[in-house]
Amino acid sequence: MRVPISWLSEFVDVAPDVTHEQVHAALVKVGFEEEDVHGFELSGPIVVGQVLEFVEKEQSNGKTIRWCQVDVGEAEPRGIVCGAHNFEVGDKVVVSLPGAILPGPFPIAARKTYGHVSDGMIASARELGLGDEHAGILRLVTLGLDPEVGTDAISLLGLDDFAVEINVTPDRGYAFSIRGVAREYATSTGAAFTDPAAVEPAKATGFSVTIGDRAPIRDRVGASVFVSRVVRGVDATRPTPPWMVSRLALAGIRSISLVVDVTNYVMLELGQPIHAYDLDRVAGGLVVRRAKAGEKLTTLDGKERALNEEDLVIADDSGAIGLAGVMGGASTEIGAASTHVLIEAANFEPVSIARTARRHKLPSEASRRFERGVDPAVAAVAAARVVSLLEELGGGSAEALGSFFDESVAPAPIDLPEKHVENIVGFAYSADEITGALEAIGATVEVSGDGWRVTPPTWRPDLTDKTTLVEEVARIVGYEHIPSVLPIAPPGRGLTREQRLRRAAANSLAFAGLTEVLAYPFVSTASNDLFGSAEAGTVPAMKLANPLDPDAALMRTSLWPGLIAAARRNLSRGLTDLALFEVGVVFRPVAGEKYGSGPLPLGTVRPADEELAALRASIPPQPWHVGALFLGDGILKQPAQAAVASGLADALDAARQLAASVGARIEIASGSHQALHPGRTAEIRVGENLIGYAGELLPSVAADLDLPRVVALLELDLDALVAGASTEVTTSAIAGLPAATQDLSLVVPEDVPAGELLDILIQGAGELLEHARLVDDYRGTGIPEGSKSLTFALRFRAADRTLTAAEASEAKQAAVALAADRVGAKLRE
Amino acid sequence: MSDPTSISEPIVAEATDAALAAISSATTMNELKSVRASHAGESSPLARLNAQLKDVPAAERAAAGKLVGQARARVTQAIAEREAELSVAEEAERLAGEAVDVTAVASRWNKGARHPLNLLMEQMSDIFIGMGWEVAEGPELENEWFNFDAMNFDEDHPARAMQDTFFIEPAEKHLILRTHTSPVQIRSLLERPLPVYVVAPGKVFRTDELDATHTPVFHQIEGLAIDKGLTMAHLRGTLEHLARAMFGADAQIRLRPNYFPFTEPSAEMDVWQPNAKGGARWVEWGGCGMVNANVLRAAGIDPEEYQGFAFGMGIERTLQFRNDMNDMRDMVEGDIRFSQQFGMVV
Repeated sequence: MRVPISWLSEFVDVAPDVTHEQVHAALVKVGFEEEDVHGFELSGPIVVGQVLEFVEKEQSNGKTIRWCQVDVGEAEPRGIVCGAHNFEVGDKVVVSLPGAILPGPFPIAARKTYGHVSDGMIASARELGLGDEHAGILRLVTLGLDPEVGTDAISLLGLDDFAVEINVTPDRGYAFSIRGVAREYATSTGAAFTDPAAVEPAKATGFSVTIGDRAPIRDRVGASVFVSRVVRGVDATRPTPPWMVSRLALAGIRSISLVVDVTNYVMLELGQPIHAYDLDRVAGGLVVRRAKAGEKLTTLDGKERALNEEDLVIADDSGAIGLAGVMGGASTEIGAASTHVLIEAANFEPVSIARTARRHKLPSEASRRFERGVDPAVAAVAAARVVSLLEELGGGSAEALGSFFDESVAPAPIDLPEKHVENIVGFAYSADEITGALEAIGATVEVSGDGWRVTPPTWRPDLTDKTTLVEEVARIVGYEHIPSVLPIAPPGRGLTREQRLRRAAANSLAFAGLTEVLAYPFVSTASNDLFGSAEAGTVPAMKLANPLDPDAALMRTSLWPGLIAAARRNLSRGLTDLALFEVGVVFRPVAGEKYGSGPLPLGTVRPADEELAALRASIPPQPWHVGALFLGDGILKQPAQAAVASGLADALDAARQLAASVGARIEIASGSHQALHPGRTAEIRVGENLIGYAGELLPSVAADLDLPRVVALLELDLDALVAGASTEVTTSAIAGLPAATQDLSLVVPEDVPAGELLDILIQGAGELLEHARLVDDYRGTGIPEGSKSLTFALRFRAADRTLTAAEASEAKQAAVALAADRVGAKLRE
Repeated sequence: MSDPTSISEPIVAEATDAALAAISSATTMNELKSVRASHAGESSPLARLNAQLKDVPAAERAAAGKLVGQARARVTQAIAEREAELSVAEEAERLAGEAVDVTAVASRWNKGARHPLNLLMEQMSDIFIGMGWEVAEGPELENEWFNFDAMNFDEDHPARAMQDTFFIEPAEKHLILRTHTSPVQIRSLLERPLPVYVVAPGKVFRTDELDATHTPVFHQIEGLAIDKGLTMAHLRGTLEHLARAMFGADAQIRLRPNYFPFTEPSAEMDVWQPNAKGGARWVEWGGCGMVNANVLRAAGIDPEEYQGFAFGMGIERTLQFRNDMNDMRDMVEGDIRFSQQFGMVV
C-alpha cells in the first residue's frame, strides 16, 4: 500500500515537514513493514507558460518541429523547440526551465537543437511522472486549470507530494486504505485522527438489486452488503483534477478517466472497491448470483472468460455483466459518451472472491481488498463519496434512485479476562493501557466480570478471539515493553544417535579431504533412470507438478546427479582435481505404492489416530544418503612426489571411513551397476543388507557428461549404515605377550577374490591369528598361467603365553589347508 | 727370541706417541679403524711389547708390565675418544645431507571442508542443545496437512497463496515440498510428551528462481517451546540468548508486530549485530510469536493449559549478514572454493 502524505494529512495530524523516515518509523512500530518511498523526483524551475506563437519547420529527418515563443512570466518570452503538435497558440503548458531536473534524472539546460537554442522544454504528462501520456505535451486546460503564467507548476500539480509504501499483512485488510493507515498512524504517534467514514450517508431506493446466491461457499452468501446509487448528467470527458491525478500516481494507479479515477480514489481513501456502470447499457435491475454452466463474460481487460459455476457474478437481464469483486464487464463500461452512472459499493465474501481471482488469474485492486476483508459499514459512505465527487467534478446530479442491502453480521463481542494479556505477553499492563489500546483501534470496551467485553470494530474481521486482542494491546503499547526472561527447559538428551552419527559421517569425510556440497534435489527422468537404480529400467520417483525447469521435474532418488552437476561446474571453472561429498535426503517411492491423501482433515482439531496414521503414511520413504565423487588427482604432483590419480580406491576408502565414523562393519564385494564400470564396481553391505555402491563411472557415461574418463563414485544409504552399526563396542583385553609374525604366499586361480581368500585364512587359522593383511599380488614368471600368487602378512599371538614357532606354524598350516580345500590354494614354493 | 732390552721407557713412549699421533690424525671412522688395527691390534708395536713381557726377567716384569699396560690403556682410551668425536661429526654430516626445504615438502593429505550452511545449522542447534532443547526432524516432501492446515493456514487464506509452493503431481493429492520447517513443529507436538522444547533445522523449498537473493532450495531453523506459563518474555529471552551466543555479548533483539497464521501475537525480529563489517547495525533476522491456539488444538493440546512460542530464521540469510556475503548463488553452486573458505569452522 502506497500512502501519499498529503492525503494522509487530511485525516490525521502530520507535521508539514515530516520525512518519509519518520512516517515509516511510526508505521513500523504498529506492524507495517517499510517497503519503499515514492516521489516525483523532479526539481524546478518548472513553471506555467503560455504559447504566444510558433512556426513549424520540417527537418531533414522528416520530423516537423515547432519553434515556439512561450511566455513564462518573464520580461521576454523564451524560444523553445517542441516536437509535439497537440497544442494551439494561447494554450497554457508546463515549462521546465534550464536548471530544472525531470524524473530520469533528466536535467534541463538551454541547448541547441534543430538550428535553434531551446531555452527550456515543454513537458508531457509522462515526463513529469504524472502518467503514461506521451502523445503530446500536457495542456493544462485538460486538467481544468487556467493558472497565471509563471506559477510554480510543481505545487500546482501536486508534484511536491510523496508517498510511503508499506507492507500490509493479510490480516489487516483495513490498512489497504488511507483511512486505515491514518488510524494506525494516529495510534502510533498520538496525533488526532478524523475518521472520513464517520458520516451518515444518504440511502437511496428504487433500483432493483437481488441477492440470489443459490450455492454459498462454506455456507456464506456471496454478498452481505450491496449499495447502489445513480448519478445522472455526468460529463465523462471532464478532466481529472491534478491533485487527484498526482495522488493516484503516487499510489501507483494510472489516471484513466474522471469516473474511473473517482472510483479508484474513493477505494484508496476508504478501502471500499467501487464499480461504475454506464446505466444506459445496463438492462433492467441487477442480480448477484453464481455463474451459470457455460456462461461467458468479457471482462474490462477485453478477455472473454468461461465462468465457473462457483464464480459470483453481477448480472442484468442480458446475463453476467461483471465478475463480482474482481473485475467489471466490457458491455457496461463507462465510456466518453456515458452520462448516467450506476455506482456499486458491495461487500463480497472473501473466500468466494479469492477463489475467483485465483481461478481466472486476475488479482485486482478490488479482489486484493475483498480477499482480506472490507469494512461492511463503509459501503454506503463510499458510494455517497463517489456521488459527491461526480457531482463536484463531473457536473452530475445525484438521484434518489439506488438500493441499499445490508445483511452483514455485526462483530461478536469477545470476553477478555483481566490477566489474559499479561499471561500471554509476560508484562503487567495497566487496565488503562489495555482499554486505551483497544479503544484506539476502534473497539468498544465494557467492564465485564473479571475483565472486559470487547466488541471489535466492523473493519477488523481478524479479531476473533481473546488472543487476537492481546496482539493489539501489545502492539499499540509497544513491543519494546516486552521483558526478557530465559525459560528453563527440562534436561534434554542431546542429539539422537542418528543425528550424532550423521554429523560424524560428514565430518569424517571432510577431515579425509573431501569438500561438502549441497545440490538441488531436482533431476531429469534420464538421469534418474540411470543413477537411481543398479539395473536399467524406469526408476519410480516423485514428480513435481510445477517444476522450475520442466527437464528437472523429478525428486532425486540418488545423490550422484547432484554431485556430477557440481563436478561439472567446478571443472568448467578450471578446478580439475575434485573430492566432493553430500549428505542429503533422497526420495524413494516404492513401486506400486500410492502416495498422497484425499480430502484433508480439519486443521483446527487433532485428527483421529487412524487419520494421523494415514497422513504420516501418505509420503514416500526419504532416507538420508551419503555420496562422494572423485576425479583428477587425489595426491597432486609435487617435488619428490608423483601424482596419484583418484579412482575406485578413493571411493572404497571413503566407504570404510564412513563405516568407521559410525561404528559399522561393511563388506565389500564385486558388484554391478548400470552407470558404473563393469570391472570396477563394488557393492557394499552391512550384514546381508545391500546399502550402496562404489565404483568408477562407465567411461561412455563420463564422456557424455563431458567428464574425464575416470570418475569414482560412492553412494551409501546412511540411515541403513547407522542402523546396521552396533550400538555397543565389543572389546577384548589387549595382550602384551610377544607376537609371531609370518608371511604366507598362496597360488590361487586368478578369479578368486583376495578378500574371499583372506576370510578363509582368518577362519582356518583360528583364534591365534590376531591380524592378517594382503601385502602382494604377483603374476608372471614362476606362476602358472591363469593363477596368481597372493602374499599375506600374518600376526599370531596368544593371550596367555608366548607362542612357540611351532604353534604359529600349526595355525598357519590349518589356514593353508582350509584355503586348499575351499579354493584350491597351493603354497607357493 | 726377544730382546729383553727392548721393553724400555723410550721404546714404549715411542710406540705410544706414534699411536696417539695416528689416532688424532684419523678424520673418518674408517681411518680410525685402520689406526686401531695398526696401533692397538695384535700386531701393533704395543701388542708385540706386551707379548715380550713373558721374556722379561721376573724382577723387572712388574715394572715393565705396568709400563706397557698403561701405554695400551692410554691408546685404547684415545681411540674411544676419537671414535666418539668422529661419530658426532659424521652424524651431523649425515643430518646435514638429509635436510629438506620444509616449504616444499610434498603434501599427501587434502584439506576438506563442510558446507558452511550445515556448520551454521549445527552451531545454532548446539546452542539450544546446551539449554536442554532437542533437535527435531521431519520429511522434506510433506503432506499439506502438516505444512499448512495444522499450521492454521485456512485452505482459502491469502497467506496460503503467499507462499509459492512446489506441488507433487497430482496436486490434488496434497503432497508438497515443505515451504518451511514448521511441519516439524506439529509433528513434534503430536509425537513428543509435553513440555516440548525443540529446534528444527532443515531444508525448505519455494518456487523462486535462483538469483543473488533467492534460491528455490534453502534452509531454516525453527524453535518451538510449549509448556505451562510461557510468554512472549520467554520468547524474547530465548532469542536474546541465541543472538548473544552467535554475535557477542552486545547483541540485542528487537521485535516488531507482524502476521503469521501460526502465531498470535506475531512479531518480526531484528538482531543488533555489534560486530558487523562496516559498523554495528540492526538486521532483519526472522519471524516469531506465541503459537496460535489452533496449532495446539491440531495437536490435541488444550491451549488453556499449555502455551508457548515459536521462531524461525533463514540460514542463508544468517550466513549472508554474519559473514558479509552478497551472492546467494555462491552458496548453492557447489564450487569447492566456497566451502573451502570455511573449512571446518563457520
